[in-house]
Amino acid sequence: MIPGSFAYHRPKSVSEAVGLLSSLGEDARPLAGGHSLIPMMKLRLATPAHLVDLGAIADLKGIRADGSDIVIGAMTTQHELIASDLLGQKLPLLRETSLLIADPQVRYVGTLGGNVANGDPGNDMPAVMQCLGATYQVAGKGGERRIAAREFYQGAYFTALEAGEVVTAIRIPVPPAGHGAAYEKLKRKIGDYATAAAAVVLTMGGGKVATCSIALTNVGETPLWAEDAAKLLVGSTLDAATVKKAVAAAEAITSPASDRRGTPQYRTKMAGVMLSRALARAAKRARGE
Amino acid sequence: MNDMTPTSAERAEKLEGMGCRRKRVEDVRFTQGKGNYVDDVKMPNMLYGDFNRSPHAHARIKSIDTSKAAAVPGVVAVLTAETLKTVNLAWMPTLAGDVQMVLADGKVLFQNQEVAFVIAEDRYVAADAADLVEVEYEPLPVGIDPMKAMDADAPVIREDVKDKTDGAHGKRKHPNHIFNWQAGEKAATDAAFEKAEVTIKELISYQRVHPCPLETCQCVASFDKIRGELTLWGTFQAPHVIRTVGSLISKIPEHKIHVIAPDIGGGFGNKVGAYPGYICAIVASIVTGRPVKWVEDRIENLSTTAFARDFHMLTEIAATKDGKVTGLRCYTIADHGAFDACANATKWPAGLFSIITGAYDFPVAHCSVDGVYTNKAPGGVAYRCSFRVTEAAYAIERAMDIMAQKLKMDPAEFRMKNLIRREQFPYKSAMGWEYDSGDYHVAMQKVMDAVDYKKLRAEQRARQEAFRRGETRELMGIGVAFFTEVVGAGPSRACDILGIAMFDSAEIRIHPTGSGICRLGTKSQGQGHETTYAQIIATELGIAADNIMIEEGNTDTAPYGLGTYGSRSTPVSGAATAMACRKIKAKAQMIAAYMLEVHDDDLEWDVDRFRVKGNPERFKTMTELAWAAYHEVPPGMEPGLEAINYYDPPNFTFPFGAYICVMDVDADTGETKVRRFYALDDCGTRINPMIIEGQVHGGLTEAFAIAMGQEIHYDEQGNVTTASLMDYFLPTAVETPHWETDYTTTPSPHHPIGAKGVGESPNVGGVPAFSNAVNDAFAFLGSTHIQMPHDHWRNWTAAENLGLHG
Amino acid sequence: MAKSQVSMTVNGKAVDALVEPRTLLIHFLREQLSLTGPHIGCETSHCGACTVDLGGKSVKSCTVFAVQADGADIRTIEGMANADGTLHALQEGFRQMHGLQCGFCTPGMITRAYRLLQENPSPTEAEIRMGIAGNLCRCTGYQNIVKAIQYAAAKINGVPFQEAAE
Repeated sequence: MIPGSFAYHRPKSVSEAVGLLSSLGEDARPLAGGHSLIPMMKLRLATPAHLVDLGAIADLKGIRADGSDIVIGAMTTQHELIASDLLGQKLPLLRETSLLIADPQVRYVGTLGGNVANGDPGNDMPAVMQCLGATYQVAGKGGERRIAAREFYQGAYFTALEAGEVVTAIRIPVPPAGHGAAYEKLKRKIGDYATAAAAVVLTMGGGKVATCSIALTNVGETPLWAEDAAKLLVGSTLDAATVKKAVAAAEAITSPASDRRGTPQYRTKMAGVMLSRALARAAKRARGE
Repeated sequence: MNDMTPTSAERAEKLEGMGCRRKRVEDVRFTQGKGNYVDDVKMPNMLYGDFNRSPHAHARIKSIDTSKAAAVPGVVAVLTAETLKTVNLAWMPTLAGDVQMVLADGKVLFQNQEVAFVIAEDRYVAADAADLVEVEYEPLPVGIDPMKAMDADAPVIREDVKDKTDGAHGKRKHPNHIFNWQAGEKAATDAAFEKAEVTIKELISYQRVHPCPLETCQCVASFDKIRGELTLWGTFQAPHVIRTVGSLISKIPEHKIHVIAPDIGGGFGNKVGAYPGYICAIVASIVTGRPVKWVEDRIENLSTTAFARDFHMLTEIAATKDGKVTGLRCYTIADHGAFDACANATKWPAGLFSIITGAYDFPVAHCSVDGVYTNKAPGGVAYRCSFRVTEAAYAIERAMDIMAQKLKMDPAEFRMKNLIRREQFPYKSAMGWEYDSGDYHVAMQKVMDAVDYKKLRAEQRARQEAFRRGETRELMGIGVAFFTEVVGAGPSRACDILGIAMFDSAEIRIHPTGSGICRLGTKSQGQGHETTYAQIIATELGIAADNIMIEEGNTDTAPYGLGTYGSRSTPVSGAATAMACRKIKAKAQMIAAYMLEVHDDDLEWDVDRFRVKGNPERFKTMTELAWAAYHEVPPGMEPGLEAINYYDPPNFTFPFGAYICVMDVDADTGETKVRRFYALDDCGTRINPMIIEGQVHGGLTEAFAIAMGQEIHYDEQGNVTTASLMDYFLPTAVETPHWETDYTTTPSPHHPIGAKGVGESPNVGGVPAFSNAVNDAFAFLGSTHIQMPHDHWRNWTAAENLGLHG
Repeated sequence: MAKSQVSMTVNGKAVDALVEPRTLLIHFLREQLSLTGPHIGCETSHCGACTVDLGGKSVKSCTVFAVQADGADIRTIEGMANADGTLHALQEGFRQMHGLQCGFCTPGMITRAYRLLQENPSPTEAEIRMGIAGNLCRCTGYQNIVKAIQYAAAKINGVPFQEAAE
């Protein structure tokens, strides 16, 4: 219940934050919404000697259009994502996913940056970002760089972030008008991580799938961008036989943990069921139904 | 009398007596954040205690080094078993006749067992220091499976009683064996099974769960060295028992121990017994001379305090081929963890399990229970269970469905054929219980009519056909459950806790100006006693409920009682309240007769007054009589107007109910949705219908959680894998179904106000209703019994095993 | 660890105090400000018994450090009553509809319901259930809590309240 001691820092700018994180090194952790980190600190599974609170950095907030992209500040909360009219119009998949994360209180405080940068296989946004082909804007001692979501995740709690780096914004290419998207999440109850979840973004043309992107949540050590499964569907009418092949291809890349949500066999099968359901819903939306 | 005089009915309504939906007294402070719970207690100079706990399920302790912990600034002391041995408190007696380590003595026997107790100036320092206690362990082989606990090569859990062949409840047949307990007629039952036309036999397991009240267990112990007195605030459902047991083990005389149970944030049986935290806080206070607070966190609560169930019941029913039951047999293995800390009445190591014949007219029955030790948290009885009645009800209700399936009979029809009939009451069961009253067929029919049962079965058949044709992937189940509970422990001839008979008490004092106070030996943890006991008094004495203060939980002022659990408050203290009222009323009647200058027999009672028969304008209200009791009593009579009653119930009470659950199961994910849940409860006289409905909602929600996902689960190394709320299933408002409640009323003939108690009924009847619904969904495909909990992956696995995934 | 100064407004009153960086807001409120209304029911941020209203947001105060709340405007159950001292419609509704039993989840539940009704003044039953999904209750089964919130919503909106059938 009681965390260990730490020194608390509250920088006012990104460069100040990066400076602190670099100089304090491994002993320092950035603090975003805190609703992943603080529970771990209370169980003493995480014992950082320094916390660098990003909450006072104005540059990390905001949702804006930038050309054909939408850029979301890393400290934008789930609540703000849900409330955003811009996202509601251009990227409804984000609101749909946000509403499936945790509970109202956690959504008031939990951030998009925290959800994508943590490396927790249970977080929902990483798969959605991979599905959308998003990139993360990262600031570090050496300056700024961008890392594709599809290349960001290396293992459980293990990402491409170097020491002293912090995600400052998430850049998402807006899918074309008329796209269909869906996030299907099987969970034991509200607030739980996914037993298995699937994100789908697709476009249809002439009754056939023109583009398709699929990613899976919590059925591996990282989110899983199911490239092969998606490729199988392009050009199809989403007929039962092709969907079955795609589901098999998606199942083949899973390696879920065994926990109280179910056996690995079950969770793999559920990834497949969630994929089928997400495909059906995304297609309905793409057809304007 | 004139037109302005309120009628009897108007006056009765103003009293807010029995039967009305009186709003709760407690709510005034709770809705304003002004409850007084244990962690709200602050004393000057108070210290905080925290435990260092074992990561191992079974290990020898090679060494404990507390020096680093003791050196942390702000740490005042560190206790280990060695320290406690100096005051003979390293071990303590349990309520079940066993002994339990307070702090690990040479060995640890379950994961998170208490090893050392750190006492510090604030809880943050205590937490830091607890982490710095260094313990060297030598892991031992772990015994987790209760079904293997009595194997020849099973690891011996309890070296301290290894060679004791005489246990607290008779002979022990293995070092890991605790007791064998039997009820019923073995020979006659075996004979019935020999010649039976149809039999079923099924291993029905009720998984280990935990009551998980929202407030964890906690206490503040304050020993006054100068006076030699101990004051103990705590989460105690049975404060007097804690005082007596505390006195026996600490040797502090009982009159110098003050136990206060303030507001309690839910109990559900979790807060009946004594825990190492309480003992360590007391010792710490004695050693340091300062108050010591101990508050456990949720993981500690779930993994080490009183769990529930873990009963594995091999259940058999014998019947004729046209569906009349002829015998019941049940052999049970009961997993008690490392110490038998079961809070049963002392003579009943398996509680009231022999209620297992339930609501049915079994001519013969026999049950046998073997309790065993494993490397799990100690305990056994808790969680709205009425002492193993939940286990018994689950076994019989599942078994009845399994038999109905074998007989190809509808489950409700099969029950109707075997329910005890109204004219058989009071009914002597094959296990020796005398059920007080009931009209089971009326209740069952009422529920079936309310849900249009025939239509539901027709719909189910249509959906089964649709499933077979591949038109739907949803399976529809209808779960029927009819239960009889036995509550209100209990008659002193049968029930005692460590020798103290299980009576209970009410002491009522009416003040000169006509209001009053009632103190009782029970202790509410949310059941609304401050509201409901006053309603009984209002009806009995004609004093408005708002004018009666109700007090529980302070052992200095409350008369001795055995506390609140097992739905016993209404049956026992409710009766004591009525009886004390009647003593007061009798005295008041004499005063009235004296004041009105008539004979006692010339008076009749009218709501709130005694009036002269045939001359109703001549009356004395209870308010006037209260004043008179202090002002001028008849010659020879003592002044004052009060009474105390210690009620030794002549029998238990037997609430009952009929529940129907309609549930849909997704064959492809195992997800479930409760479409409808209809619950009819008969608790005899209904004191406050609003509170009864609330109890039913709450109990059904706990039952829902148990049946559909709750589990205290251990892996093969004895690690608890469900110790936090991440994995221990507590449903939110979204998963929780809507409840429909209904009732019949068959008063208990032996209870002064005919009331039976209701708090635990919904948990008793709810679990089988949900479990039967899930099982019923799969039954048409050939499934006989799917074990609880019915979480998604288990439902999916059942569907997979039935070949439903193509 | 050296203590930090924090300043915040709690239930309308300005507060200045010294805290360790690791002091959780719930402990700060309960221990240093003696506001024992919000409760602690778990250590994994699931139960919601600690919920306060922080800067117009429902927040689990067990998952926030007091230092993070520097400068914030906080309301707890102790600040829920109306300015004239009468009970808030929610406090009244919880009593009228029997929306509590042991009372332990109640402060967090009412504080959350308060913000829910600010977000959505006329929520449907489904919206209420979703809206309180971060607050666990072991006693009531939520059914009467839903009614309590509906009662309060009706009162605040000045419309008649129709209690749903049992």
